[in-house]
Amino acid sequence: MLHTFVAYVEDRPGVLTRVASLFRRLNINIVSLTVGRSERAGLSRMTMVADASAEAGHRIRASLFKLENVVDVDDVGQTPAVTRELALIKVAAPPSERSYIFELVEVFRARIVDLAPESLMIEITGVESKIEGLIQMLNETDGRVLEICRSGKLTMRRGQHTSRVLRAMETGEAELPVADIEARENFEDGTAVEPE
Amino acid sequence: MGTNANTQPSNDHLATPARLTGAEIVWATLVGEGVTDVFGYPGGAILPVYDALRKFPIHHTLVRHEQGASHMADGYARASGKVGVAIATSGPGATNLVTGIATAMLDSIPIVCITGNVSSKVLGTDAFQEVDITGITLPVTKHNFLINRTEDIAPAIRYAFQIAKSARPGPVLVDITKDAQQGTAIFDFEAAKPRPVRPHPMRKIEDSGLEQAAELIRHAKRPVILAGHGIIESGAEEQVRTLAERAQIPVALTLLGLGAFPASHPLNLGMMGMHGEAWVNHAIQEADLLIACGMRFDDRVTGTIATYATKAKKIHIEVDPAEIDKNIKVDIPLMGDLREVLEQLLPRIPSRDGAAWLKTIDSIKGDAAVRDIKNLPDSGHLYAAHVIHDIWRITGGNAIVVTDVGQHQMWEAQYYHHEQPRTLITSGGLGTMGFALPAAIGAKFACPDKEVWVVAGDGGFQMTSSELSTIAQEGIKINIAIINNGYLGMVRQWQEFFYERNYESTPLVSPDFVKLADAHGIKGRAVRTRAEVASAVEEARSAPGTFLLNFMVEKEESVYPMIPVGNALHEMIRRPGKDPLVESPDDK
Repeated sequence: MLHTFVAYVEDRPGVLTRVASLFRRLNINIVSLTVGRSERAGLSRMTMVADASAEAGHRIRASLFKLENVVDVDDVGQTPAVTRELALIKVAAPPSERSYIFELVEVFRARIVDLAPESLMIEITGVESKIEGLIQMLNETDGRVLEICRSGKLTMRRGQHTSRVLRAMETGEAELPVADIEARENFEDGTAVEPE
Repeated sequence: MGTNANTQPSNDHLATPARLTGAEIVWATLVGEGVTDVFGYPGGAILPVYDALRKFPIHHTLVRHEQGASHMADGYARASGKVGVAIATSGPGATNLVTGIATAMLDSIPIVCITGNVSSKVLGTDAFQEVDITGITLPVTKHNFLINRTEDIAPAIRYAFQIAKSARPGPVLVDITKDAQQGTAIFDFEAAKPRPVRPHPMRKIEDSGLEQAAELIRHAKRPVILAGHGIIESGAEEQVRTLAERAQIPVALTLLGLGAFPASHPLNLGMMGMHGEAWVNHAIQEADLLIACGMRFDDRVTGTIATYATKAKKIHIEVDPAEIDKNIKVDIPLMGDLREVLEQLLPRIPSRDGAAWLKTIDSIKGDAAVRDIKNLPDSGHLYAAHVIHDIWRITGGNAIVVTDVGQHQMWEAQYYHHEQPRTLITSGGLGTMGFALPAAIGAKFACPDKEVWVVAGDGGFQMTSSELSTIAQEGIKINIAIINNGYLGMVRQWQEFFYERNYESTPLVSPDFVKLADAHGIKGRAVRTRAEVASAVEEARSAPGTFLLNFMVEKEESVYPMIPVGNALHEMIRRPGKDPLVESPDDK
């Protein structure tokens, strides 16, 4: 079963390695892992898709929280969420093939981002099945697909805030003692904090 | 070499911020954290740190292999409850610590290992004695640090101590580049304090959980408390005892839980699991409620998971949320510090009459005594059980016993009855051979006034026997008992039971351990018969220095009972006696 986690992690060297090492130790396969800046200074947002048993979700989340650099972990699970990937696909496109490929691109609401005498490059974003669909259509002719580059999955919950803690900050009702939230803020620039 | 010429009182450093070198900051921070003893081995990349040691009131024990330093820090921590500290140089010095770090990780022992690394200018160039130790130790530490700025040293070490001790304890490594050691910075101990521990967000106790647990306990007919290492780490011995006594619930222990509940207590069933006594495992399989306190349902304890305690509801009091439902699905997880949880639970637990169930367990004990090797006719053979039993008797059960790994370890657990916590020091999770001798040295530094015994097999002892030189150099007293059967005993036992006695690579040629000890300036004696055991033990104890006893025991003796991997907890192999070899409650 595929589990999708969204984690806020401190933006410092080595965090990615720590997370990857954790999954190795738990003997759980990472299907997809993306990381990039988030809306909060000093915190990166990591989206992980792991292939594990149905019961493993609790253990993965609990283990991620044990990493010192992990600030929050959300198990997106089956909740309503928007999930997207991006793919760049280079296809062989002699003039005779061009218009067919243009039609496919139109149908899949993708875009041509590079045009060369014998090939072109397609950019497509969407859910995994949409991207798989275009690739399948392109593969119907052998040798047409020259190169595929896929990002991992990005996920964001619909409606409510992903992070419990960030939501608590917005409403002003802290689910954690306020000192902890302030302490987390201060740690991002590496300075020590006065005790409460 | 351990001389502590105080050229500056260290308290000055703690009270008033001052500009110090990175090397001095290392020691000043350790002093501030209450460290009095460290174990280590110098080298080029850590030399600045060693050069600064003489200004600080810390005793450094020079080891003979860095693995010894990591085990010494571990044994120190287990015996004292404080954080143990090991120091090593870069490259091979650091990698030699890894086994000890993994040992501490699997048994949740708080140690901080400080390693030097090459200068940050050459980091990543395969420099001389450079190794990515923070990368190597990622899966075997709670956290680790690579420090290349002098001003980061104190905050990192303070943070390391906090991580090592908090929640579920464990090892932390701090790797400091040589230029960071040589630079200077303002050292302010108070300002270097880490932010408060972030509590694990999934760890919270709901009132409903406590109430459900209390309800189950009140109505249980056949409850058993499963007592583990967490009791000792949390300091919850008194609370567990109150629960057991008030609700009249028998207590089964894991290997690392031995001593958490007094062995002589009428409610103590003894050790459970692969080599636990038969009645303990039967009781668990028949139970209708298990209250797991600070234990993690390790595979040595459960047998086959599908058939484990199927009749029982399970309450799991555990500080690490990642352990909940990891191996065994439980009904009521109570995720929190064990002592705190029990404090909240106890007011809801009334007295309970447990007589009927206790009587049933008593009857299960049945013929176990007949099979017990202690009670077999004395045919003149020397058995490890006799040795352990005599050591237990003569020490009054009051010594700190440090075992290695193997058959002798299981016999120690079966025949030395521990009344107090922190008196059995043994590598359970990783099962590291070679652990005993260095860990005992660490324990002795932690508890210099206590009697410390090493119980090791001939195999394990040889792995780290060079630490005998450490003992000689430090002039400490440890009693060493080698259970010498000429085999890697536990492996041989498995080969006997499961590989048709194909003793591949298990017969072991060892040095004459008494001569080996003598070469280190340590006295010793060989023991070959049952009759000599008691006097030999007495001789060791009363000798002024370390004394080694080489017990030449029966070569092909096996630990019973044994639950083969793949069997259920009640399907154990029992000692051949009047009854058939493999027994389950369905026999007869």
